[in-house]
Amino acid sequence: MSNLLEIRDLHKRYGTVEVLKGVDCTMRQGEVISIIGSSGSGKTTMLRCINMLEEFQGGTITLDGAEIGYETVGGVRRRKPEREIARQRALTGMAFQQFNLFPHMSAAANVMLGLIKVKKMGRDEARALAEKWLDRVGLLSRIDHYPGQLSGGQQQRVAIARAIAMNPRLMLFDEVTSALDPELVNEVLQVIKGLAEDGMSMLIVTHEMRFAYEVSSRVIFMNQGRIGEEGDPREMFVKPKTERLAEFLKSSTFN
Amino acid sequence: MDFSFLDQLWVARFPLLKGLGVSISISLSSIVVGTVLGVFVGLALTYGVRPLKWLVRGYTDFIRGTPVLVLVLASYYVLGTVGINLGPFQAGVLALAIFCSSHVGELVRGALQSIPKGQTEAAKAIGLTFPQTFAYVLGPQALRQALPAWVNTAAEMVKASTLLSIIGVAELLLRTQEVISRTFMSLEFYFFAGFLYFVINYGIERFGRYVERKTAVPS
Repeated sequence: MSNLLEIRDLHKRYGTVEVLKGVDCTMRQGEVISIIGSSGSGKTTMLRCINMLEEFQGGTITLDGAEIGYETVGGVRRRKPEREIARQRALTGMAFQQFNLFPHMSAAANVMLGLIKVKKMGRDEARALAEKWLDRVGLLSRIDHYPGQLSGGQQQRVAIARAIAMNPRLMLFDEVTSALDPELVNEVLQVIKGLAEDGMSMLIVTHEMRFAYEVSSRVIFMNQGRIGEEGDPREMFVKPKTERLAEFLKSSTFN
Repeated sequence: MDFSFLDQLWVARFPLLKGLGVSISISLSSIVVGTVLGVFVGLALTYGVRPLKWLVRGYTDFIRGTPVLVLVLASYYVLGTVGINLGPFQAGVLALAIFCSSHVGELVRGALQSIPKGQTEAAKAIGLTFPQTFAYVLGPQALRQALPAWVNTAAEMVKASTLLSIIGVAELLLRTQEVISRTFMSLEFYFFAGFLYFVINYGIERFGRYVERKTAVPS
């Protein structure tokens, strides 16, 4: 079976600072991969390259066999047209640390915007889908509320519904619980667990080690712009092979 | 013959009304043209490529650093020397519109830049193109943000319209002065003109508040 996502020799620089120094990663459909590592290790950057929120200078990312963001014509690597990049971005869904809901739109309108403008759905169809997914994240009763009227955990769940309603091939979660009060973390993690059980392919950047352990089929430990170690969480968390991962796990909290 | 103010006001009603009409049309034209121009100025300041950005930055800084009266005089007298002959009304409106555009441009730039980057990223992440992101995500938020300051600018334009009396546009102030030179009731008629300007600006302000309330995001 072909791979859903293939990352080959990914290099990313900010000016002269190299943050990704050759990352290789392969992901099959239905896999749930958690990316862990200390801050500055490049895990969020790697995630953001996959939907071209960050440009990258070397390597390739392939989703469903199609190269993301760049094409090589006559030996010259160049950025794809913006329209094509926008189309490719819709193949992945992303949830952000800061939720980034559109504050001037109700929960329903947040979910419907992409459906109507990108997927070209009619309003009724889009509204029905918004109802379905907001119900799924437990917020059907808040469907006409605005982000300012929702708690952080509720906002994040709406944001996840907004991404997932687009029916993406791959979901990207970028530290989605880091900005939440501790008592609101769990409601968001439960939603992600539910999606994992549905067989959604997911890449999850997280600091929640217990969650990564429970939900992931595989864990990637990023260290200084490279993959330091990867494998089954049940082995990695119990018996880390590298010194760096052992240190990182020691300094992390499992709760 | 009666010399009371109300009688004189009645006698002068048509010239004053005409002047009021001219003042309103000066204000409206310069606000509309200036706002449209200003939106482009703001977009260029925010999203323009380097050389364009510098050019427009120079334009706004220059215009905002120049007294409106100088702009009005330059537009009427200087443009004529280079072969562009505008009537006093057109020259005046041009000057006010240019002045308005530099202020609106700054408002638009400020409003757009105050929107967190995450908004653009979230819009990109669901596959919106930049024009769509602007139309549905950034624009509506920037409009709400810029509205109060824009209302201020609009009121400023109404006040600045009086400067056109200098180049002979028969707007409310000039008409008032003509009436005063005939009746010598300077206190009464200046007060009356001031009252009319106040009513216009108060109306603009109330309207702005109303739109603000109507478009407020629940929280």
